[in-house]
Amino acid sequence: MTDVLWIQGGRIIDPANDRDATGDLFAVDGILCAELSSSEKENARIIDATGFVVAPGLVDIHVHFRDPGQTHKEDIRSGSRAAAAGGYTSVVCMPNTSPVCDNAGTLQGIMDKVEREAVVRVYPTGCLTIGMEGERLAPTGQLQKAGIVAVTDDGLCVQNNEIMRRAVEYAHMFGLPVMDHCQDASLTQDAVMNEGEWSLKLGLRGWPNAAEDIIVARNVILSRLTGAHIHMQHLSSATSVEILRAAKRRGINVTGEASPHHIEFTDACLQDYDTTFKMNPPLRTTQDRQALIEGLCDGTIDCIATDHAPHSATEKDREFDSAPFGIIGLENALPATLGTLYHSGRLGLSEVVALFTHRGAEICQLEAGTLCPGANADICIFDPDEEWTVDASAFLSKSKNCPWDGHPLKGRVKTTIVGGHTVFDGKQITA
Amino acid sequence: MHLTWNRKDLISLDLLSKEEIESVFTVARAFKASLGNHKAKTTLLDGRSVVNLFLEPSTRTRLAFEVAAKRLGADSVTVSAAASSLTKGETLRDTARNMEALQADILILRHPASGAPNYLSKVVDIPVVNAGDGSHAHPTQALLDAFTLLERFESLDGLNVTILGDILFSRVARSNILCLRKLGATVTVAGPSTLVPNDFASMGVRVCHDLRSALEAADAVMLLRIQHERQTSTHFPSIGEYTSMFGLNQERAAWLKPDAVIMHPGPINRGVEIDSELADSNRSVILQQVTNGIVVRMAVLLLCHSFHTGEAIQLPQLNS
Repeated sequence: MTDVLWIQGGRIIDPANDRDATGDLFAVDGILCAELSSSEKENARIIDATGFVVAPGLVDIHVHFRDPGQTHKEDIRSGSRAAAAGGYTSVVCMPNTSPVCDNAGTLQGIMDKVEREAVVRVYPTGCLTIGMEGERLAPTGQLQKAGIVAVTDDGLCVQNNEIMRRAVEYAHMFGLPVMDHCQDASLTQDAVMNEGEWSLKLGLRGWPNAAEDIIVARNVILSRLTGAHIHMQHLSSATSVEILRAAKRRGINVTGEASPHHIEFTDACLQDYDTTFKMNPPLRTTQDRQALIEGLCDGTIDCIATDHAPHSATEKDREFDSAPFGIIGLENALPATLGTLYHSGRLGLSEVVALFTHRGAEICQLEAGTLCPGANADICIFDPDEEWTVDASAFLSKSKNCPWDGHPLKGRVKTTIVGGHTVFDGKQITA
Repeated sequence: MHLTWNRKDLISLDLLSKEEIESVFTVARAFKASLGNHKAKTTLLDGRSVVNLFLEPSTRTRLAFEVAAKRLGADSVTVSAAASSLTKGETLRDTARNMEALQADILILRHPASGAPNYLSKVVDIPVVNAGDGSHAHPTQALLDAFTLLERFESLDGLNVTILGDILFSRVARSNILCLRKLGATVTVAGPSTLVPNDFASMGVRVCHDLRSALEAADAVMLLRIQHERQTSTHFPSIGEYTSMFGLNQERAAWLKPDAVIMHPGPINRGVEIDSELADSNRSVILQQVTNGIVVRMAVLLLCHSFHTGEAIQLPQLNS
């Protein structure tokens, strides 16, 4: 028997197709279609979306599911559930697991677990270098055959320029994007926060913008040399945005992402040594934050990615210097960003939806982020105006390291649909 | 005697009001006047336990806190990193909670990580006194430095104080900047540009990389040690180069005003940041600083404890 879905009366926002109008959305057997026959309509499961936005399922090209190896922080099951609760239907997970994903065997283990346990589409990436050690190229071709959508040593930027040059040149042959965590490690030894007035006041080791800017510039130069697509992860610095803007103007094959926290918070948030605000790259100044927002508004930065980085409460509950970097983001990224970009009047709803959907999907060439007939029926229905207060203890992620915990937000995911099936109904996982 | 004190913890000087700082001095002066040079004890904290949790090496500060607690009549025990279960993987939270369970009344913390006492003060209910955390703060040092200056100068209002040396990694410098400015002094920080970045201007001080200009107007100069343990090797070429450019020697001391005083929080590296004879000269108040560290810390312990318990402060009852 066919499975028919009929979403009625919502404001359908599909930026990939320039669509923003109230109407109905249809799917048969998990595939979107332009209309339903009368017999299909009779059997359709109806969702009333009146007053809500009906958007493509959200896409996050930067998450850490810690599986295998650190499943006390997160695993594929809990991470994918957190994603569903945040309106995400496709996520790209980083390979810095334990062991790292630098071979087809480890990758197959991840793919099998995704098949068994994930409630949304989880796309793996492979390491750029063996062991993420930045010395020898990982078997990119074999990894691609086994299913990766990008290569990256996220968390450990390749420092050796010859290795990086060859890595991007090699990945380019397979049409795979290289996602780079832009950090010159020689400039960030023992650093734990942005270098500036606050690091001086707090007596914490500072991390200059230059550490990111230098690698972003290097990557632009290497992309120009090789033609390879290099994607700059979680940009945090105003100068990086400038470099990326200039490179794009010259037609160089580079892209970039920003995370919800870097466009909302600044290093002043660290004034009480709250480790919830400790992340890599660090929160920067108001000026950097504004530059990132401008970059998102003018298209220099392509998409929003959360860098969902779960850590247990015990791991974060320590002296600032020794706490791990990272925060979770999946379950409140959309409302947080709606606050920063939409409710603030900086961007329209459709533009914000684009940052969360097809723009990221295009970077990793995912079949996602669009409501075209024929596409997967991956859908996010949200109320852009519902007000609520974040309660991290209610999150589906195993970890609760969220700087928005206790903060009021405006905008809430009501339904998440993957392949025509409702996986989250606004209250719980229904997959 | 009117005292203002609004906190059970002394973590940093940034939240402290001028009135609170002056209250510390008032109490310290009372102790100094009544104790004089005798090793007399009071019974103000009789039966109380003070734990010194010192997770970084210290001579002066640790001893001064121990002596201060004992002169107040409290029992004082010191725990070092090597002798604690922290080496067995116990967290700071658990170590501190255990000390509280062992009925400590005041916890004094020296820790290599900036912000560790801020964290600890949220973990335990008893007063936490910061005895130096990373590069962040060393409030009792700054208080005793200002107290020492006030024995030489009537007021700090308008006084020019130059802090010379490794400012970037110095908790003493940060706390002194806050304390001296609250008391009206004009502060100059000086040293090599890599250790004295211009961003320090945001703390309301003059940043100076020219030694002569930093010394000429100074009523007091505070020298700081080069902190090998906190630096990467990239901040300056060598100790020899540092001494040749920024070490205080007789020739450079002549640039100071005739009545200017020389201070140092210790430990001194003789012949590096300061010429040995200058350290021992009559311009130096280095050992007065150490002695004043006792009464200033007595005052801090008493004020924090009294605020926490709600007991009124009665000054001072002596059993000499």
